[in-house]
Amino acid sequence: MEYEVNIGIEIHAELLTKSKVFCSCPVQFGAPPNTLTCPVCLGLPGALPVLNKKAVEYAILTALALNCKINRNAIFHRKNYFYPDLPKNYQISQYDTPIGIQGYLEIETSSGRKRIRIRRVHLEEDTGKLIHSGGRITGSDMSFVDFNRSGVPLLEIVSEPDISSPEEAKEYLTNIRDILVFLGVCDGKMEEGSMRCEANVSIRPKGSERLGTKTELKNINSFRAVERALQYEIERQIDIVSKGREIIQETRHWDEKNEKTISMRSKEEAHDYRYFPEPDLVPLEIDDGWIEKIRAQIPELPEEKYERYKKLGLTPYEAKLLAHDLEMSTFFDETIKLYNNPKNIANWLLVDVTKELKDRNKAINQTLLTPRMLVELLTLIDEEKISGRIAKDILPELIDKGISPRKVIEERNLLQITDTSELSSVIEQVLKENANVVEEYKKGKEKSFMFLVGQVMRLTKGKANPKLVNELLRKALG
Amino acid sequence: MLSVEEVIHIERLARLKLTDKEREMYRSQLNDVLNYAAKLDEIDTSNVPPMYHILPVTNVLREDIPQNNFSLEDALSNAPLKEGGFFVIPPILGGEE
Repeated sequence: MEYEVNIGIEIHAELLTKSKVFCSCPVQFGAPPNTLTCPVCLGLPGALPVLNKKAVEYAILTALALNCKINRNAIFHRKNYFYPDLPKNYQISQYDTPIGIQGYLEIETSSGRKRIRIRRVHLEEDTGKLIHSGGRITGSDMSFVDFNRSGVPLLEIVSEPDISSPEEAKEYLTNIRDILVFLGVCDGKMEEGSMRCEANVSIRPKGSERLGTKTELKNINSFRAVERALQYEIERQIDIVSKGREIIQETRHWDEKNEKTISMRSKEEAHDYRYFPEPDLVPLEIDDGWIEKIRAQIPELPEEKYERYKKLGLTPYEAKLLAHDLEMSTFFDETIKLYNNPKNIANWLLVDVTKELKDRNKAINQTLLTPRMLVELLTLIDEEKISGRIAKDILPELIDKGISPRKVIEERNLLQITDTSELSSVIEQVLKENANVVEEYKKGKEKSFMFLVGQVMRLTKGKANPKLVNELLRKALG
Repeated sequence: MLSVEEVIHIERLARLKLTDKEREMYRSQLNDVLNYAAKLDEIDTSNVPPMYHILPVTNVLREDIPQNNFSLEDALSNAPLKEGGFFVIPPILGGEE
């Protein structure tokens, strides 16, 4: 039997505000435990929440970028449950009036573009962090609680179960991540927990109208894990159904080490969060003026950049690499304003600069390289003042020391040798020292020619103008 | 009338452990509360928009300016058990499950 897969994804993204969502405590990573807390985020009796305007605006901004309708009257609800990382015993969240509803995101799939519907985008607060002695939740004899994260604004983005494969899920997730990063509302680092993901999965016989029983996958901590956890879970479900057994609706935990999903609780009581309107917060009224002001702040997103880059003559591959990298595309956009050869710039950024960045494990904006410096470097090549080889050689100095290319080549005397007599004498020397190679060339071995060019370049430390060397060498070999 | 199963469900949600006698007592008391509130059902509210808040006020917002004037000592001052700046709590799983 052939099966159809339905995957819905729930994303939690920590917003990059300076302060928490309901109190003024700083949002900051790596601070000593419980030093970023106050009566509000510790849930002390009598403390009252006050909503952070920026967090609301980030939520509206994201909802708009995901093509959502905005709820004009959005209110907050209490979601009630007990857990030690939740000091108030309820989480302030949104229920039937989320900030954004009925949006969508288009993704690229093996069978063309596909629209994934987004059910809701809502604002809530993050919980504290638990550390279990022994590192594991089971068998530990005590736990430690840090409330620095308690009250950090979280954006929840829930898709409809429109995703049909692990590959599509990964594509959806990376697209959402890129949009969040480009909007500047979240840093999108799954491995560090600033973006988290849960997936619900079900299968059904192909053509069947009704969705199958779903399981919910948790503990998916990387983009790679998303794909693999889903792959495993789909195979597990197909195996069960094809043996005539039934899927149990449950929460399953992705075990990264053993690469499988395991049931979290066998006897899980149905969720009963007893949502009710949060009496400590007044309703939000979001009017057209506010929405349009925020809409005007949506920057060019990866998808639009991609299309624009292709029109500039980049290959789809180059365009995609650049368009989905905020720092690189910003740098690229600055550079094309100064130098009218986008293809050349893309090449340098994606090959040589990327290699240097990888060696340093840095983003381009964390180096001293500027668009102006890159343009100067490319212009020097265009003017045949230096060869591409030399340009590559001095690139690290631009990146690490921020010295202008012109200055580097002057100081290190790297200007290209275009003086015919100087080159001719070098060529003469090379021909003399490699008489046997010359002999081979004359017998028709074209490769020998390249060897001789290489020798000239070596003797001139790469400074010889390659075109001139070719010309002069051909002439000399008669 | 609220069923015993419903009382047990509420009991679990509130992390309580009641005796049969207590359960019967709460069942009757909760029932009275529900009946009292049910009086509201007698009024036709189909044309009344839901009131989410008693104050006719919206959009009370704070600018995103961080402030930190609550010390670690303050934060931990009510903790029965603390260590290295953390609240220390009993293990989370076990016992109950």
